[in-house]
Amino acid sequence: MKSTALVNKHIALGAKMVPFAGYNMPVQYEGVNAEHETVRNAVGVFDVSHMGEFLLTGENALALIQKVATNDAATLTIGRAQYSCMPNGKGGIVDDLIIYRMKEEQYLLVVNASNIEKDWNWISSHNDLGVEMKNLSDDYSLLAIQGPKAVEAMQSLTSIDLSAINYYHFEVADFAGIEHVIISATGYTGSGGFEIYCKNTEVEQIWDRVFEAGASFGIKPVGLAARDTLRLEMGFCLYGNDIDDSTSPIEAGLGWITKFTKDFTDALVLKSQKENGVTRKLIAFEMIDRGIPRHDYQILDLEGNVIGKVTSGTMSPSMKIGIGMGYVETAFANLETQIAIEIREKGVKAKIVKLPFYKK
Amino acid sequence: MNIPQNLKYTKDHEWVSVSGDIATIGITDFAQSELGDIVYVEIETEGETLGQEEVFGSVEAVKTVSDLFMPLSGEIIEFNAGLEANPESVNTDPYGDGWMVKVKMSDTSELEGLLDAAAYEALVG
Repeated sequence: MKSTALVNKHIALGAKMVPFAGYNMPVQYEGVNAEHETVRNAVGVFDVSHMGEFLLTGENALALIQKVATNDAATLTIGRAQYSCMPNGKGGIVDDLIIYRMKEEQYLLVVNASNIEKDWNWISSHNDLGVEMKNLSDDYSLLAIQGPKAVEAMQSLTSIDLSAINYYHFEVADFAGIEHVIISATGYTGSGGFEIYCKNTEVEQIWDRVFEAGASFGIKPVGLAARDTLRLEMGFCLYGNDIDDSTSPIEAGLGWITKFTKDFTDALVLKSQKENGVTRKLIAFEMIDRGIPRHDYQILDLEGNVIGKVTSGTMSPSMKIGIGMGYVETAFANLETQIAIEIREKGVKAKIVKLPFYKK
Repeated sequence: MNIPQNLKYTKDHEWVSVSGDIATIGITDFAQSELGDIVYVEIETEGETLGQEEVFGSVEAVKTVSDLFMPLSGEIIEFNAGLEANPESVNTDPYGDGWMVKVKMSDTSELEGLLDAAAYEALVG
């Protein structure tokens, strides 16, 4: 099993460590609810260095990205990032990812840890354009510093104005005494903040200084458990749960990052789905009656017929009710439709709601 | 790890406190710390007579759900209604306010098969 460069920090902090995507990762420190609340109300730090990073360089880098990814990367200017996904040639999804435009002819692709090898092979197999590809995943670390106080708490660590970085923009600048750090106004929590990309050899210094600078703002380390509850409260998809090789971006509600202004893998089939409709859709639901939905629970109509399956579910730490997402037959996918979740052989009532679950 | 000497334990991480033919049952400090923040304890078997190792309820943490198994056979005569409003008592006081059910034992000889504190400590150590 692999470790991130910060593994000893996590153990020293008393983290509960679990295997995740081949890495020994901190799932929680103090407790998922407290960590969740820290990110919603103050600022928390996640070590997400298990994520993969590929650097694509060359005059055809954009053409390669346009071919493999659904979103229109031609709209990216230097210093901007974009959420996208890669269809798998069968209408499913290889992975979801973030694409950064670093230079005129250079892009950084950030992918899920569990998919690093699959993604690398997939993109490589489409690279008949002479694009130089570098897999930086084992050499780079990633910290997500998330929460409403992130800007204020981190400002003393850099010479640039953090409040001037708009959402899904980034700067390459000095941070915590290290030069050329990527400071990106991204993250998967819905509470704002930054993601910091640096070399493994630099991350320990950055981690320590981040905690020093954030001390008076109540900064705390946050584990993967709270990362999941935070992203689910926003309705953000998790690869392997809500999207995978068998789900289409259109079914998953990712039409907004699927741009038919250019050609890409599966463009025809996805366009037809967008125009003619799909047979199932990813929906978000809140429990009406008491119960907590979990991955793979059946979704029923009110007569008890199976109409779908839960892909993600949890007790919402912010709202204190059960929330979840899942695929249902399209006829049942309308807002406010009442459904039931089968929990321990009983149908427990829920209703389809609009995302995000959590509103500030 | 808190493992009181005066209780009996199961390999499923439940504790049993005996008074006459009534057993009070909960989950151990180790179990609550493994589960993390507990948000719901569902016990709908009050009044039922269940066999040893049958499921009498479930405990839900934010991230996981676990079945609760009968350490002993008997009738569930009471469940801890305080957990409805305060499931976190299982985290903060697993051997006190976090108790789950009281069972009228049908076969007290089953007690001999439970672990004592030293044996349970060896199991989770």
